[in-house]
Amino acid sequence: MGDVNRSLTLEGSEHGFATTKVDALLGWARKYSLFAYPFVTACCGMEFMALTSPRFDLARFGAEAPRFSPRQSDLLWVVGTISQRQAPVLKRIYEQMMDPKYVMAFGTCASSGGFYDNYTTVPGIDKVIPTDVYIPGCPPRPEAVMDGLMLLQDKIARNERRPGVVKPRFDPVHEVDALVKLRRSATDPREVVPALKAEEARALGRGGSK
Amino acid sequence: MSQLVLDKLRERFGATILETHSDHGDDTAVVDPGQWKVICTFLREDPALDFDMPVDLCGVDYPSRGATGRMEVVMHLYSVSRKHRIRLKARVGDEDMDGAEIESVTSIWPGMNWLEREVWDMSGVRFRGHPDLRRILMYPEFEGHPLQRTYPADRTQPLVEYRTEEEAGLPLHKIEPFGPDEGMPFGRLGPHPRTDRD
Repeated sequence: MGDVNRSLTLEGSEHGFATTKVDALLGWARKYSLFAYPFVTACCGMEFMALTSPRFDLARFGAEAPRFSPRQSDLLWVVGTISQRQAPVLKRIYEQMMDPKYVMAFGTCASSGGFYDNYTTVPGIDKVIPTDVYIPGCPPRPEAVMDGLMLLQDKIARNERRPGVVKPRFDPVHEVDALVKLRRSATDPREVVPALKAEEARALGRGGSK
Repeated sequence: MSQLVLDKLRERFGATILETHSDHGDDTAVVDPGQWKVICTFLREDPALDFDMPVDLCGVDYPSRGATGRMEVVMHLYSVSRKHRIRLKARVGDEDMDGAEIESVTSIWPGMNWLEREVWDMSGVRFRGHPDLRRILMYPEFEGHPLQRTYPADRTQPLVEYRTEEEAGLPLHKIEPFGPDEGMPFGRLGPHPRTDRD
């Protein structure tokens, strides 16, 4: 980015106004044309396939085009566990990519090694290459990944390179008391206790509004 | 189920079969490691036994056994034609894994090639006569054998030097919401209370 600024700043410009605008324009253009390199190593790959399917329509974010050459891509998806043996390969792929380049850590294993706390697993790809967005989850839901993608787009638009983490969303387990329970007897308890029916409707209403 | 196999083994090899037991239809014979290949050849070639399918081979480490054979080489065999199976065990090596050697059986079952490489890689048992005894899962630069119980559980041998925090400009321990102790704790707890008892 720094080189781009210098080359596009007008000679004698003292305000820096044009530079800022060009930056914003470049950021806007970049964030909608992310050519992805999928580095898929493990079970998260199944969720990645779901993500890139028409159901979730990654084309909305301009990030749907895979490029199976690192030289043509700007976004490295690291999807799955990285073993020590794979770490040199990952690093080499990253080094072959053209600037500006971005890295997504897809899933807990890529982010931190996950539950593999042993002799063979890299404890997070940030030990080897710089990482832009971490997406926790084992595997993460496509919605979480799209959250991460929007976070990355936001970072690109603001020319911000500090890492970001996708935060977990509302988890119904925390409000499990308010949710409807499994019916265990032949008689529907909701018929026996009328108050249960109202409670269930309330709980479902809350679930639906979420 | 395959008591017949144990009977034939005992009848043929006598004291070379150190012990046998049967449990839930699984039959096991602990054999003298020196006779490993002879016994395997017999199992493969006797028409009544005809073990034509090598199912699995692995090493199990019992450090507390000391000189009596710390590393147990466990082989599972199945006969497709006779529909019976057997588990063979041989105990090799002393406390320091000296003498942890056994005859290769790749000439009997070519499929044992990679399995023996795996046992060498993970447990450090040498297979005499193996055509190509290299590591198969770990990288050649790796030192030691990770499934030996003396291998420190938290020892890693990275091929790529990790980035330093100065280089990265941010802390590289596991960041929020991942705690610094995220992950399975078994690497930090010392000997396992149950399995170390032998």
